[in-house]
Amino acid sequence: MNFETILFEKKDGYGKITLNRPDVLNSFNETMHKELRDALLSCQKDETVRAILLTAAGRGFCAGQDLGDRAVSGDTGPRDLSETIDKFYNPLVRLIQSIEKPIVCAVNGVAAGAGANIALACDIVLASESASFIQAFCKIGLIPDSGGTWTLPNLIGMARAKALAMLGDKISATQAEEWGMIWKCLDKDSLMEEAEELSANLAQQPTYGLGLIKRALNAAPTNTMDQQLDLERDLQKLAGFSDDYKEGVSAFLEKRKPNFTGK
Amino acid sequence: MVNARPPYMDGYDDILTSLDDTHVLTITINRPKARNALRTQLLHEIAQTLNKATSDDNVRCVVLTGGDKVFAAGADITEMADKTSVEVLQDPRANHWRTIRDFPKPMIAAVNGFCLGGGNELAMHCDILIAGKNAQFGQPEINLGIIPGAGGTQRLTAMIGKSKAMRLVLSGEFLSADDAERAGLVSEVCEPELTIEKATALARKIASKAPVAARLAKESVLKASDGLLAEGIAFERKAFALLFATEDKSEGVSAFMEKRKPNFKGQ
Repeated sequence: MNFETILFEKKDGYGKITLNRPDVLNSFNETMHKELRDALLSCQKDETVRAILLTAAGRGFCAGQDLGDRAVSGDTGPRDLSETIDKFYNPLVRLIQSIEKPIVCAVNGVAAGAGANIALACDIVLASESASFIQAFCKIGLIPDSGGTWTLPNLIGMARAKALAMLGDKISATQAEEWGMIWKCLDKDSLMEEAEELSANLAQQPTYGLGLIKRALNAAPTNTMDQQLDLERDLQKLAGFSDDYKEGVSAFLEKRKPNFTGK
Repeated sequence: MVNARPPYMDGYDDILTSLDDTHVLTITINRPKARNALRTQLLHEIAQTLNKATSDDNVRCVVLTGGDKVFAAGADITEMADKTSVEVLQDPRANHWRTIRDFPKPMIAAVNGFCLGGGNELAMHCDILIAGKNAQFGQPEINLGIIPGAGGTQRLTAMIGKSKAMRLVLSGEFLSADDAERAGLVSEVCEPELTIEKATALARKIASKAPVAARLAKESVLKASDGLLAEGIAFERKAFALLFATEDKSEGVSAFMEKRKPNFKGQ
């Protein structure tokens, strides 16, 4: 696959996608939307890809929508922003949620607007200590999209979500880690190394089971506990039939290292 | 789960059939390359299977499924392309649908993925629908310039009410599995990997009940709406055939096959 706006490589069992429009802080235009989607779909389909690492080139992670892109620019009269949401942002967030493989996001710099919420939609979010998260929407009269109004209260609680969404304050990676918005804040220099190590490590794990964990946790915020108990029963049933479970138990009993296949 | 038993019916191309020792007959629509499109041959095979099952005391309940990915994405459009109104009126498909409709034993649909057009009509011929979370239901015939022709307008209305049925039939929109459950079209939504298993478990439960009572229970429940349905189904069939004489139908089908937007003119 040839891409203009992203870099895409398949490494030790995982797919690494790097947003690559550093001059515009990796903001989204139509091409980047399409290419990111194609890369994610390719990772979803490819059985040898068992984890995904999403990151970005340059000093920023993603500044959200490229406001200069013709699809959203207001210079020729008002635009219906729901069109790009329906066409690009919502399908992207839904895709990230529905790929049953762990998706690591390495936030290398500022993540603003949709850029922040797409990062937060990933499963395990790492960030460099120079990174920050900004719900910039309110400053230009918009609301957080790309799942922000759902993801934020779930991650950090309604009080913080409302203040962040209404004030648009910049949250440092350290603060984000303290609040539980992300998994870990790391040294600028070690971020990529640790993110790659984590992704390669995840790809060796029982990834079928990890996919089911993702399915269960994604369903949790809208399920009752009763529904969730039923879901756990059903998914555990599937997990119990997997090769990886069999391998995990025999390796444990035989006191050897398991060799998981993701099946 | 792979069944090592010999098939219930031999020599079929479009469906797989297997009867287990709990008196549950499973029919699996098996045209994955055509997204299980219901060509006439396929309907014929289902009808023949149900014919045999009707008089076979070993069959007490049927599970009808399309597998994990798709139930049935609709009729076979290529078969439909050159059909005239008169051919539609004389179509052997009507006999196959009648056999399916008249099957007297309980039948459960296990639906994953697309369940559209004739596929949805087939699912609604079943007595209970169980759906995977990935299921999508719809009657998108209007996109081809036609309407449902195997009782869809009647059964859908009976099952989910006028407003929702109108919306699906007139707009061609789909209903998600969860929406279909809320609307009353399906009785249970589950993880897609477990749909067939849940349907089979329910079928086994039903198969363990008194068979004659189960048949009469089915007939009785159907009487709640059948009297009204018969007339509506006959009307729908004529309207369906009539539409095959319109230019819009030719345009709709051509546009679909050429993957472009149709340009309907009301002719």
